[in-house]
Amino acid sequence: MTPELGQLALILALLLALAQSTLPLLGAWRNNRALMAVARPAASGQAVFVALAFAILVSAFLHFDFSVQYVADNSNLQLPWYYRIAAVWGAHEGSMLLWVLILNVWTIALALFSRQLPEVFVARVLAVLGIISVGFLCFILFTSNPFGRLLPMPPDGADLNPILQDPGMTFHPPVLYMGYVGFSVAFAFSIAALLGGSMEQSWVRWARPWTNAAWGFLSCGIVAGSWWAYAELGWGGWWFWDPVENASFMPWLVGVALIHAQAVTEKRGSLRAWTILLSLFAFSLSLLGTFLVRSGILTSVHAFASDPRRGFYILCFLAVVVGGSLLLYALRAPKVAGGKAFALVSRESAILIGNLMFTVAAAMVLLGTLFPLLGDALNLGKISVGPPYFGLLFPLLMLPVVLLLPFGPYLRWGKSDAPLLRQVLVRAGIAAAACAVIAAFLVQGQLKAIAGVASAVWVGVGVLLYVLRRWREMPAGRRYPAEMAGMLLAHLGVAVFLIGVLLSESLSVTRDVRMSPGHVASVGGYDFRFDGVTQTRGPNWEAEQGMVTVSRKGETVAVMHPQKRTYAHEQVQTTSAIDAGITRDLYVALGEPMDPQHVEGAWALRLYTKPFIRWIWGGGLLMMLGGFVSAADRRFRVKRTAEATQTAAASVQESRA
Amino acid sequence: MSRLLPLLGFVLLATLLGFGIWWNSAHDPTAVPSPLINKPAPAYALPKLDDPAQTVTKEAMLGKPYLVNVFASWCFACGEEHPVLMAETQGLGIPVVGYDYKDDPNDAKAWLAKHGNPYSLVIADESGHTAIDFGVYGAPETFLIDGKGVIRYKRIGPLTPDVIAQQLKPAIAALQKEAP
Amino acid sequence: MLRAWRIALVFALLAIATAVAAQAIDPLPFRDHAEELRFQHLTSELRCLVCQDENLADSNADFARDLRHKVFELMQQGKSDAEIKQYLVDRYSEFVLYDPPVNAGTWLLWFGPLLILLAGGVAVGYTIRKRSRAGTPATPTDTGDDW
Repeated sequence: MTPELGQLALILALLLALAQSTLPLLGAWRNNRALMAVARPAASGQAVFVALAFAILVSAFLHFDFSVQYVADNSNLQLPWYYRIAAVWGAHEGSMLLWVLILNVWTIALALFSRQLPEVFVARVLAVLGIISVGFLCFILFTSNPFGRLLPMPPDGADLNPILQDPGMTFHPPVLYMGYVGFSVAFAFSIAALLGGSMEQSWVRWARPWTNAAWGFLSCGIVAGSWWAYAELGWGGWWFWDPVENASFMPWLVGVALIHAQAVTEKRGSLRAWTILLSLFAFSLSLLGTFLVRSGILTSVHAFASDPRRGFYILCFLAVVVGGSLLLYALRAPKVAGGKAFALVSRESAILIGNLMFTVAAAMVLLGTLFPLLGDALNLGKISVGPPYFGLLFPLLMLPVVLLLPFGPYLRWGKSDAPLLRQVLVRAGIAAAACAVIAAFLVQGQLKAIAGVASAVWVGVGVLLYVLRRWREMPAGRRYPAEMAGMLLAHLGVAVFLIGVLLSESLSVTRDVRMSPGHVASVGGYDFRFDGVTQTRGPNWEAEQGMVTVSRKGETVAVMHPQKRTYAHEQVQTTSAIDAGITRDLYVALGEPMDPQHVEGAWALRLYTKPFIRWIWGGGLLMMLGGFVSAADRRFRVKRTAEATQTAAASVQESRA
Repeated sequence: MSRLLPLLGFVLLATLLGFGIWWNSAHDPTAVPSPLINKPAPAYALPKLDDPAQTVTKEAMLGKPYLVNVFASWCFACGEEHPVLMAETQGLGIPVVGYDYKDDPNDAKAWLAKHGNPYSLVIADESGHTAIDFGVYGAPETFLIDGKGVIRYKRIGPLTPDVIAQQLKPAIAALQKEAP
Repeated sequence: MLRAWRIALVFALLAIATAVAAQAIDPLPFRDHAEELRFQHLTSELRCLVCQDENLADSNADFARDLRHKVFELMQQGKSDAEIKQYLVDRYSEFVLYDPPVNAGTWLLWFGPLLILLAGGVAVGYTIRKRSRAGTPATPTDTGDDW
């Protein structure tokens, strides 16, 4: 298969995407069933050609086709096959192709699982997805062609950046894109609802599982990225508030708000305009995130090489998609506040407050990320905005959320009774206070750690009390519907995450030490003995490998092998050794030899103990699981007939109210 | 009206992003303007590269404007800049002092012997301590210092014929005008 | 344009050279653990200029090492954190601070989120008030399925 075939496949996919984005819209407008029926076959055809193009690029990597510039730039003869596949999305052009592929995966899934929806609606949704696809395919074909030739063909390629040669990196971008792109479904549903001008809320029910699943993927992608940064970058940190990380975090935050707002709109009919707006925001921020990295606007550790031409194209595309959708919102958003009334103490109010905090947090991250640019624009000088800024404001904004969280499941729609809430307050409060006192003794007054224990117990006990209550009060089989189980899992994830963040942040110990063989350094209650350095090699690297034996109270706990690898093309990469544990990670990184003559064989090492750090990703994974479990709720997939009559009746009733 | 707010917000954001694209294609995004411009240059006392026994100080250089060009033999971009310096230093009308930054003196001497020496004088800062006072964070960088020892202009990154013609020469001309 | 590209390329090469080596392991003779903690905290809030988005503590760039040693030296001289930060700001501008000081220029940065929160809070308060007066909230019968 030749690369030109891949390019041809992309052009054919673009033509089909054009058909998919125009004809069904026309059909929906003219009520022409034949035109609307184009949507599904066009989407399938497009997906086939995009998949073909992707397969051709994968095959070019697998077969070392260095006549393709992109392959030559990102792989070489020594690179193992699994990293050659990952190299497909290791740089800009291929990762855009992956993005479009995943957009097609979601589109096909939607085309398959939308049989119960009205035809006009599906036509509009698929057309909107087609428009997005057109934008991306044009971007690839005109500015970022992965199939460009390199002639004459070099005998060997350059190396994939060693920091990308890690299992986390093979996994992180596809999952992250599943999340980013998944929000396109909620986006398309909202646009279709605005275009249709229908005030009914049934579309929200159809959109919910897609949103929850997309958010689950995004959580997973962020966890994978964070894990990769921790394990691979070797700084022992798990989140840097780097522009690229922020770019993925903003849609996640808005996604949290969206999931909850959708629940309100679906069940009570309230907050319709807000739910639509959040759907637009979530996907717009996903687009912004995808593009900020590539536009050359922001500089960052893992930004892609930039090109002003790309930046300009991106800006035009954002103007069309985001600007267009917000214009549509301004013109067509539901004008009358519909839905059922609710009191101050009600689940609606609590969700509204939570929504506010998450939206403001996303706005804060956006402001902090773009502020250096604003500084240039307003001639304020070059300014850095970093972890101290985000690390101060984000917890402050999340404090009300954590305080409200245990009440969530107990609060009832419309109006809640105070005694039940008071009971939760007392029980979770006492548990949190008791654990805080115990923690205060154990950690010797480290305020952050105490706050971590208290907040986690507060949230966790709240969730568990509710689980118990359901268990006691409900008959088997009706205790935990999937939607609720997902919510409980995700909320429990918050508790686990709080433990991880606050304990590891406050109790971690880091030391840079100079060690000769036999030397013992004590860090955080563990004794690290350095046993010297040996040579070792892997498929495409050679390494100096240190050996460190860790013991606690005389008992050996772990033997660790941090490496300093030299890849082909002289790229050096340190690979840390991590001994994982539930209550602590031990982490060793090998630095430079300290005496060049190797008389005593001394090296610089960095030693860490990181209590409870794993709970951070554990919490993230629980949140992910929560998203998926909720999405699987059977209630979302009720047949159209019963559903349609019910919602139609409801909307008639509401329009009268 | 409130329905228009998100759109207005986006228009502001898009304007900012558009500005960013323009700004970053017109400016080097990694260049950090020095706060030392129009401030007295830091005091320094550095050995000459070819004769370490002799020390050059700020006081000794007072009286006439001069250029300080930070370079190093290990610095890739300096290699790009070097031919420009070879061609243009004569036409500047002021002495150009080479500032050898964090470099092995022997490497630097060999490098200059190979590529030519455009400098009227070369000082060596092997440790890079003095460079911190100058706010140097990479090579090449170029400072224009006036007769009173004040930094008047700084270039971060390689000098190019365009930069010399459009920025450096006017700055030098302005200096010579104010000090007859 | 081409020139801008060349410079970009040069800096890209520089950046790669520093990014690949990954970590900065730099044993310094601290007097005690408290001093080491103070040093770690201080250098993590200072930005390495050559490596763009890395702090001084993590960066393995040679330049970052020099600045770390300078910070250490200033600490040994008994300088306070604020004095050390000022020392670097005098030479490298406020760009080195990851924690931008509150002043006229950064006012929007620090108080912008608060403004958004206040505006949003007013909107939320207004909505709740309006909805709670829209009628008596229908309390659903507690079948346990409405949650």
